[in-house]
Amino acid sequence: MFKIIHAQFIAPGIKRFILEAPRIARKQRPGQFVILRVNQTGERIPLTIERSDPEKGTVNLVVQSMGKTTHLLNSLETGDSILDVVGPLGKPSEIAKFGTVVVMGGGVGTAMAYPTAAALKRAGNRVITILGGRNKDLVLLEREMREVSDTVFVTTDDGSYADKGLVTDKLRQLIENGTRIDLVLAVGPIPMMRAVAEMTRKERIRTIVSLNPIMIDGTGMCGGCRVLIEGKSEFACVDGPEFDAHRVDFAVLVQRNSMYRDAEKRSMDDYKRELEAKKAAVKTEAETACVLEGK
Amino acid sequence: MATTPTKSKNPIPNRERIKMPRQHMPEQPPLVRAQQFTEVNLGYSAELAQQEALRCIECAKPTCTETCPVGVKVKEFVQLIVEGNFLGAAAKIREDNVLPAITGRVCPQEDHCEGGCLLKKKGESLGIGYLERFVADYEQQHFDTKNIVKAPPTGKKVAIVGSGPSGLTAAGDLVQKGHQVHVFEALHEVGGVLTYGIPEFRLPKKIIREQVDYMRAMGVEFETDVVVGRTVTIDELLEEEGYDAVFIGTGAGLPQFMGIPGEHLNGVYSANEFLTRINLMHAYEFPKYDEPMVDFRGKNVAVIGGGNTALDAIRSALRLGAGKAYVLYRRSEAEMPARIEEVKHAKQEGIEFQVLAAPIEFLSDGKGWLSGARCQKMELGEPDASGRRRPVPIAGSEYEVPLSVAVIAIGTSANPIVQSTTPGLNTNKRGYIQADETTQRTSRKGVFAGGDIVTGSATVILAMGAGRRAAKGIDEYLKSGQW
Ligand SMILES: Cc1cc2nc3c(=O)[nH]c(=O)nc-3n(C[C@H](O)[C@H](O)[C@H](O)COP(=O)(O)OP(=O)(O)OC[C@H]3O[C@@H](n4cnc5c(N)ncnc54)[C@H](O)[C@@H]3O)c2cc1C
Ligand SMILES: Cc1cc2nc3c(=O)[nH]c(=O)nc-3n(C[C@H](O)[C@H](O)[C@H](O)COP(=O)(O)OP(=O)(O)OC[C@H]3O[C@@H](n4cnc5c(N)ncnc54)[C@H](O)[C@@H]3O)c2cc1C
Ligand code: SF4
Ligand code: SF4
Ligand code: FES
Repeated sequence: MFKIIHAQFIAPGIKRFILEAPRIARKQRPGQFVILRVNQTGERIPLTIERSDPEKGTVNLVVQSMGKTTHLLNSLETGDSILDVVGPLGKPSEIAKFGTVVVMGGGVGTAMAYPTAAALKRAGNRVITILGGRNKDLVLLEREMREVSDTVFVTTDDGSYADKGLVTDKLRQLIENGTRIDLVLAVGPIPMMRAVAEMTRKERIRTIVSLNPIMIDGTGMCGGCRVLIEGKSEFACVDGPEFDAHRVDFAVLVQRNSMYRDAEKRSMDDYKRELEAKKAAVKTEAETACVLEGK
Repeated sequence: MATTPTKSKNPIPNRERIKMPRQHMPEQPPLVRAQQFTEVNLGYSAELAQQEALRCIECAKPTCTETCPVGVKVKEFVQLIVEGNFLGAAAKIREDNVLPAITGRVCPQEDHCEGGCLLKKKGESLGIGYLERFVADYEQQHFDTKNIVKAPPTGKKVAIVGSGPSGLTAAGDLVQKGHQVHVFEALHEVGGVLTYGIPEFRLPKKIIREQVDYMRAMGVEFETDVVVGRTVTIDELLEEEGYDAVFIGTGAGLPQFMGIPGEHLNGVYSANEFLTRINLMHAYEFPKYDEPMVDFRGKNVAVIGGGNTALDAIRSALRLGAGKAYVLYRRSEAEMPARIEEVKHAKQEGIEFQVLAAPIEFLSDGKGWLSGARCQKMELGEPDASGRRRPVPIAGSEYEVPLSVAVIAIGTSANPIVQSTTPGLNTNKRGYIQADETTQRTSRKGVFAGGDIVTGSATVILAMGAGRRAAKGIDEYLKSGQW
């Protein structure tokens, strides 16, 4: 059992958890993730460690509600527990002095890019950060990113905050302005990472993306997380999750992530129905209580 | 209680015993069991067990014991069954084998004890596995963990990495010697392949749970969700967490793929992923459990390979509703490494064997899903390094099989996580840990290893044998301090 020390929504549908996990906290390095299972009947899902505190023995996760498991997770509160949390998994990010690094975070991807951005800054890089979200509320961790960046640009798809547009628009501007870029780190939705890869390929800028295939064990045992890297299968949980963006077959990633769409939808629908039934039950209970009390 | 019979209590003369037929294992009818995950074999009753036990001719030189990798005293435990002393029989087996309920079910008996049984020369071997299973199950029903006698504590601490049969055996033996034992397991359940690989219909999870509860009662501590090498290293266990010795029993859990076109298609699985989803994650109980599985109902499914893993996978697919289920194996049935009983059961259940055939390409439906496999026929050529005749492709023999799901079960290799994070731990060319054959000592002081991570994929009983030798080796080391 892993205790939730603190849980708070930081944006609509996005919650930050501080978990008690002393062994993991001691070992975590930027770019690594955990796999957790909420309860006895739950599935195992991977989540990046946003940061850890080895002294306090805690790790932070930032979770976006997608399907059943993330919704269930995001319904947990301070004081609740998570049944299983294992990690830290995956190869840590390569941290070195590259020169100028552009860190691009889309939505919850920002939380995943944050620890690496901070480490790159500590390693003496000039860090230019481009944050994006569909709207103002979905621009995450802006304050934290400002602390570890030399420059921060923000874009929103709908223009509700900062510059209207996509993170890739900003990247194009930087490239067109002749900004020297030694490395790009892009973490976010697959279409965003793919677009970044296409843009930097032409410019021959080394680009790292963090891939998010479906995982089970996270130790190289099942092969379910395999991604196609220049025609060769690699296991994202042990060979990644970070890969050279120019070698990744994004189409295969999208295809494999759709494998359980029907079952995922069914789980989510069942879960929603369960919640509504519970709500209704609470309501009737309250009504009965009112009737009994003669109100 | 567990006394060895000095004089046979078997009233039947030897020449009569030889004529007695082997007692059949009661089993679920094939068409019923192919619909559900409950155990196929139902087990002997006491009467059947005693009837079968009477067949043993009590050989002066029991070759059954010689061919059992851990030397179970078969003749003696079988005689205790004849006498009706079932708990005594269980205790007799336990002297050499701490997991009899498991080995009785999954040992390839035809290669070991039953293969060595002298009765085989006259007809059918004694049902040693069935008898072993019977007494173990009987013991489970009649045993009270309150009766466990704990050894006086030695004050020494041992860490076991991995909770498969090698780790469990080492843990059980070490705790019996009075050492404090802590088992670390990467997954959220203990048991190794017994839990995530071998399905419920062959080895019910309840049996593993019972064995583990028994060990807990003896004092073994289990900690799941710890990937040694990542969450904590071997060096940290030894230097910071105060363990006096470590046993590595991490198995050979890395799936091999074939490297043929189309392996990334949706619907192509490694046997590990497929079986893990079903066994560890209970995907067969979706939506009660959240783990999803593709819809098998009425679909064509094939497994590639001919070992126990392959048969477990295809029989699971059948139970998930597959319309047609094939085994594609590149050699002939004689070379199949699977247990004979499993091949028989699979055939009864309606699984089709296409031997001397192998896929050379997985075909796509154009939308990212598997639609079939292009296969090639084989013939057997000269024997290879393993002594089995090598399959040679027949030119122009290609054919297509329409498929929705393909499961690749062509073997596994060593997971490098522990080796790559433990400096000075020697491995062989293929990445397996090098260990002494009698003490299971590795190149690192205080570190022992055994089971599939040393030998490559083998069997439950061989892993247990290694766990037992390691426990002995560790105990000697802890007592002498000599390396
Ligand atoms: C290494 C790694 C690190 C990750 N870190 C984080 C993190 O820090 N925070 C976070 O919120 N999420 C993270 N994810 C993604 C997270 O694991 C998935 O969102 C989660 O598994 C979805 O589970 P679910 O049951 O809620 O949704 P599902 O029912 O499984 O899926 C719902 C919808 O999401 C899509 N989907 C499924 N899996 C993924 C995926 N892996 N990525 C994107 N979309 C998916 C499905 O196609 C479906 O449309 C990470 C994934 C990986 C592999
Ligand atoms: C599907 C299948 C069917 C089989 N059927 C039979 C059969 O019928 N009869 C038979 O005799 N044999 C059978 N075998 C083979 C047999 O199961 C294995 O030989 C045996 O389980 C090996 O035992 P082990 O203790 O070496 O390792 P395993 O059983 O592989 O257990 C290793 C354990 O270590 C854990 N681990 C790995 N790395 C780490 C780490 N870094 N930190 C912590 N924990 C870790 C794993 O999660 C696992 O739980 C079968 C195998 C499979 C896959
Ligand atoms: S342990 Fe296995 S090989 Fe040995 S006697 Fe028992 S069933 Fe036979
Ligand atoms: S070899 Fe067969 S008949 Fe002889 S003692 Fe062993 S089990 Fe009995
Ligand atoms: S998640 Fe199983 S191998 Fe990567």
